[in-house]
Amino acid sequence: MHLRLLAFLIGLGTAASAQDAVIETFTLENGLRGVVVPDGRAPAVTQMLWYCTGSADETPGKSGLAHFFEHLMFKGTDTVPEGEFSRTVAANGGSDNAFTSHDFTAYVQRIASDRLALVMQMEADRMTGLTLSEEDITFERQVVLEERSSRVDSSPGGIFREQMTAAAFLNHPYGRPVIGWRHEIEALTREDALAFYQRFYAPNNAVLIVAGDVQPGEVETLARTLYGPLQPSDLPPRIRPQEPPQAAPRKLISRDARVRQPSIMRQYLAPTREPGSQRKAAAITLLAQLMGGGFTSDLYQKLVLRDQVAISFGAYYNATSLDPQAFNIFLEPAQGVPVEDAEAALDAAIADFLEEGIDEDDLARLKYRYRASEIYALDNQMARAQLYGVGLCSGLGLEDIANWPDILAEVTVADIMQAAGEVLDLNRSVTGLLLPEDTE
Amino acid sequence: MRLLAPFLVLFLSIVGPATAMTEIQQVRSSGGHVAWLVEDHSIPVVVLEVQFEGGTTLDPDAKAGATAMMTRLLDEGAGDLDATAYAVAVETLASQISFYSTQEVTGFSVMTLRENLDATLELLLLALAAPRFDEAPMERVRARTLARFRSATTQPGSLASQAFGEMLFGNHPIARPIADTQASVETLTRQDLVDAMTRSFVTDRVSVAAVGAITADDLEPLLDRMLGDLPDTGPALPPPAKISDAGLTRIIPFPGPQSLAFFGHAGLSRDDPDFYPAFVLNQILGGGFSSRLTRIIRKERGLTYGVSTSLQTNRLSNTFRGSLRSGNETMAEALDLVRAEWVDLAENGVTEDELRQAKQYLTGEYALRFDGNRQIAGILVSMQAEGLPRDFIETRNDLVEAVTLDDIRRVAARLLDVETLTTVVVGAPVGMENGAD
Repeated sequence: MHLRLLAFLIGLGTAASAQDAVIETFTLENGLRGVVVPDGRAPAVTQMLWYCTGSADETPGKSGLAHFFEHLMFKGTDTVPEGEFSRTVAANGGSDNAFTSHDFTAYVQRIASDRLALVMQMEADRMTGLTLSEEDITFERQVVLEERSSRVDSSPGGIFREQMTAAAFLNHPYGRPVIGWRHEIEALTREDALAFYQRFYAPNNAVLIVAGDVQPGEVETLARTLYGPLQPSDLPPRIRPQEPPQAAPRKLISRDARVRQPSIMRQYLAPTREPGSQRKAAAITLLAQLMGGGFTSDLYQKLVLRDQVAISFGAYYNATSLDPQAFNIFLEPAQGVPVEDAEAALDAAIADFLEEGIDEDDLARLKYRYRASEIYALDNQMARAQLYGVGLCSGLGLEDIANWPDILAEVTVADIMQAAGEVLDLNRSVTGLLLPEDTE
Repeated sequence: MRLLAPFLVLFLSIVGPATAMTEIQQVRSSGGHVAWLVEDHSIPVVVLEVQFEGGTTLDPDAKAGATAMMTRLLDEGAGDLDATAYAVAVETLASQISFYSTQEVTGFSVMTLRENLDATLELLLLALAAPRFDEAPMERVRARTLARFRSATTQPGSLASQAFGEMLFGNHPIARPIADTQASVETLTRQDLVDAMTRSFVTDRVSVAAVGAITADDLEPLLDRMLGDLPDTGPALPPPAKISDAGLTRIIPFPGPQSLAFFGHAGLSRDDPDFYPAFVLNQILGGGFSSRLTRIIRKERGLTYGVSTSLQTNRLSNTFRGSLRSGNETMAEALDLVRAEWVDLAENGVTEDELRQAKQYLTGEYALRFDGNRQIAGILVSMQAEGLPRDFIETRNDLVEAVTLDDIRRVAARLLDVETLTTVVVGAPVGMENGAD
């Protein structure tokens, strides 16, 4: 079985590097970086334009501005009036969207491949040509406040997760919600928006990713024509306040009449992928899976199946961000199990995990699934494009992105256990209990 | 940027280029079972989708929840493998086997590397032929299901959906109260799960699709192995729900800054001659970011982050419905705007521009739906369940193109009736109360 598995891994490895070899990249004189991910299975194309600016790049006091600005990018320019962008994409049979995170803001269109020039032209047009009226600001700010109500303020879980993240960061802007604090969203002005636009919306802050049915060289030629004439801006260096060493565990307890099922959340501050140095993040990625990545994971087996103190358990870690982020744990106690008992059982299970280590077979199985997931990903054009956008806006190079699968494959049991020892330290954690109003 | 003009000539409708590649083969086994197949060997991945009409509404009242519990437990042990051993076996192959149920269908999906197809299918067949339904997993799933039901009593979406179902569909099984299902789930036995399986997995209600690196010769013998031992038929499906035209409004008080509203009334069936005009009408009214409701309520007034409508053609219920979130102070105004558009469309229809743009979007967007093996497999089983022919994909955009302004006017007048609009609001909306309005 193991021999067969090994042969298969080698086979998959070849397939993956063959795929990487056909990816094209370029950089224009104005600093715009381009990545082309060819996929000729259908005559469709995905254009993603990433600005390497997210909520963690906002000026303190202006939280929510990056996300608010994402909304404003759908207002008009001199050549493409309000609403016309999405309407034109739709009228050409395409779909468009946008999203904002801590580290980036991205705009996406999917459309028939012979319409690439059309969407590229409109995307280039709004990089510098946006016109914003006071009325645009007033209504769209109201929409964003409604969005905040929907996503956060209407659910105890939404409010609590926001509090958890805020508590995890004393100094780093990752502690601010991407959507922004309500009182700061309310105060955002047209001047704030324009200053943000002039500062960050420029070719030298942008990554263009085109995935789909395109000819070699075609994307670069188009990009040169359409994005090439845009002027770079004087970008501020991307240096953010970093966290001081955490000296004591933090704990949050919230009670809410709307909560029926208690839950325990924990965040540990954890390093993420660094250019040329990704092995630790790779080890933590596999650690999260082995601890709490599903039914067969170590802590799920112990807490849910064996001890029956929980009805759910999971661990989650996002390896790709500019600065250190959180390693997350989530648990729901079984009915009749007091939350403090469940928390004690969680800590005991983590201590056991650190003591007992992990099984080589479990790691081999997990690595095989990672290799397979690269094959599955070939069926998902958007996800492939996204890997490059997130990676480049998180400070990684193309080589780091290309090497990541091999680095995951090289991680050893010892790497994972060493990372576990470093990450799973209560002194670097926040624990949150979200409880019904009337328990205990 | 002065480059826009030359591109305006590109405003042509797309003739579904991606769909042209989707050639559907029909595979018939020696045992008489039929599957649709789209072969694509460009990636060594196979997706299999099997769906049975029926779903959780097949559960008798006293056994409510049995079908859902059955599908949650089917991958928790089979044959000699207990729940963990089964999960490890699936992971070892890097495959995915998942069972699911909704109100109207039950089914399973498989995704695997071509290399592991045979071994994955063995695991699937084992779950179908010899599910264990062991006590420990059963109690665990029961506890988790009951916990989810308890949480549902304080979730706005769930509260709205329960009340809306009860008001529109009365005591039809698609509107079964959670409390009833909860009481039943507490008493379900292993035998109830076995019975639910016998009720659900029957060959005269099945649709099968395979997509990816698999040939007709591979698929043919699999069909008999997978379906050969299943019963030919099961208990009668419930009749379609009768949809209320009382037009009542109900407020469910709930704390928070924002209210959630569901609104809707009767729609039409998938095989109604007016289906396509209604489909386009929905797109114009509330079907996307360019819709009328989004423009009027979100873009022009900032009263919501999301408002949408949908034309739902299900076997048991056909509805034209929508949803909206707005601040407690603005919900009444936002709902008035919805109702005003309902009236305006019923009286005046839509403009030529709106019709052209909606058609351009719907015909172009159709091709983009075929953008992965899983998506294609899902489309194929839906087409079979709806009784559509295999060449439907080639003709579908013509059906959309054929819709005229008069068609829309006729259908809007027939369907959109603000007097029968049932409305549920969960929240603390200012200036709204229960009753008929």
